[in-house]
Amino acid sequence: MNVTMLLDMAAEGFGDRVVVGRRQDGLTAVRLRELSIGGARAVAAAGADSILYLGVNGPAFPVAMFAAARAGVPLVPVNYRLGREQLGRLLAGHPGAYAIADEGQLEMLGAAGLAARTPEEFMAAAADGDLGEPGEPGWTDAPAVLIYTSGTTSAPKGVVLRHQNLVSYVLGSVEFAAAGEEEAALMSVPPYHIAAVSNVLTNLYAGRRFIALPSFSPAGWLEVVREQAVTNAMVVPTMLARIMDADGLDRSVPSLRTLAYGGAKMPPRVIERALAEWPHVDFVNAYGLTETSSTISVLGPEDHRTAFASTDPEVRARLYSAGRTVPAIELEVRDEEGRVLPAGESGRIWVRGEQVSGEYAGQGSAVDERGFFDTRDRGRLDAGGYLFVEGRIDDTIIRGAENIAPAEIEDVLLRHPDVADAVVVGVPDEEWGQRIEAVIVPAPGAGVDTEALREHVRSLLRGSKTPDRIVVWPELPRTPTGKILRHDVVTGLTAGRQTVS
Amino acid sequence: MKLRPGRQVASTVDGTRMIVVRAPGDDIVLTCGGAEMVDPAEAGTGEGGVADPGQQEGTVLGKRYTHDGLGLELLCTKPGQGTVAVDGEPLVLKEAKPLPASD
Repeated sequence: MNVTMLLDMAAEGFGDRVVVGRRQDGLTAVRLRELSIGGARAVAAAGADSILYLGVNGPAFPVAMFAAARAGVPLVPVNYRLGREQLGRLLAGHPGAYAIADEGQLEMLGAAGLAARTPEEFMAAAADGDLGEPGEPGWTDAPAVLIYTSGTTSAPKGVVLRHQNLVSYVLGSVEFAAAGEEEAALMSVPPYHIAAVSNVLTNLYAGRRFIALPSFSPAGWLEVVREQAVTNAMVVPTMLARIMDADGLDRSVPSLRTLAYGGAKMPPRVIERALAEWPHVDFVNAYGLTETSSTISVLGPEDHRTAFASTDPEVRARLYSAGRTVPAIELEVRDEEGRVLPAGESGRIWVRGEQVSGEYAGQGSAVDERGFFDTRDRGRLDAGGYLFVEGRIDDTIIRGAENIAPAEIEDVLLRHPDVADAVVVGVPDEEWGQRIEAVIVPAPGAGVDTEALREHVRSLLRGSKTPDRIVVWPELPRTPTGKILRHDVVTGLTAGRQTVS
Repeated sequence: MKLRPGRQVASTVDGTRMIVVRAPGDDIVLTCGGAEMVDPAEAGTGEGGVADPGQQEGTVLGKRYTHDGLGLELLCTKPGQGTVAVDGEPLVLKEAKPLPASD
């Protein structure tokens, strides 16, 4: 089992098709395969035990991924925005790596004792020499990719994704060569995000050309979509919010057919605006984790339209759900004692399937005796099997003796027309253990009366779920991939940061 | 042989390769062109013999083949001329229903 099998199939099935980059000068499936052979040879010649990729997304990324697979070593995409200290610790764990890094990172890699080359130098090395028939890569169960979690709730952990996990994910969710020749996918998340890895594999296998956006801006994204006639795109919610909120932009995207989003909670205001602005586009909400090789449940285009048009509150609510599990995944919602809960009750989300790794470098497997993995996400299923994700278990606020999920309160705040963004956290409190505080970002042009907003929450939820304080900030601290940095929110609140209302 | 998801099987009479997507976990004898399929490591040893001329329906790259009674699904990773079968019963080409592209 090896992901190179997917590339070999692509090269065999539609070898002349451009699959990476711009139509005019991109790589065909056959060329991508040749470069992966040359890249693997360079890695083997260096005696490296992994490929470390520290740079923005671009054509070198898929080449590096398949070169690693062919050489039988894992690809380790690393967050190029990490602080010096954190990056140094991470690099120290990979002394035998073949490093590919953007110009600005070379010095840091040198300091860590790693010889590095830029993506352009790597591509040149891969194109050099004999690119002929390689030996067949081993049918092993070796690690294909090692991705460090973003570490928003704890120290970053290295998630091990084996060839078996990734190939199962692709075979379970994509049909070979199903994309038309005109289709093109635009990827906006950085290489160290699981969606960037799965995107390479699923688009290649479908026969869909994929283009990477090195760094996201609303205008840049819209320009590439129009210029390259992009048909499919994946964004995180903050990107869609920025595209919808930016003033004076031409938001026409005539070629776009499907927009997938995931990675964080989508504010209702943003998705509703996008549905209205782009009625011709199919929206897909994907829920998954690094540990599950990307998507485990999907809210598809028909689900979006049905929910958006419905007056039945239960159906309408599904617009904010993560849809239904993909066929290759089994999902259980369990209580804290491990009992499986019926539809409608909230608990911990556990999943099982070939694509689920649940394995951390140096720590082994975290799946239970039945093969289920604890996502550490809270959620519930409705009567129709739609999954509602209610945030991380670790974010639960314990106020007095009551466990409160911030997501429920955040949902109410985010549905208020004056609120653009919202987060609810537990702040240390002598009397209650934790008290509930909220930070909101006002919608463009809106003035917010925080007391009236508290009353609004109280009218929809009970008093014990009403924030003890709501403050207004100009923006929320988030990772570049859209995850809220809750720890920074709590720090900001306890430091007595002043409201700007 | 025991078929586990992710396991690859190879024909001994032509270039056919299949990967197991779904399997019941029991021992199953798969044939291609009438000859038993083997682990790819054992393929191409020249002991394949001759294909049954009556089992030459062929397979198509990337297509799925199923045996509903057994809960078996294979995917063709290298096409060949032989018919893939269990107990002489040819597997059936599965009509694909793609999921919406999610990433």
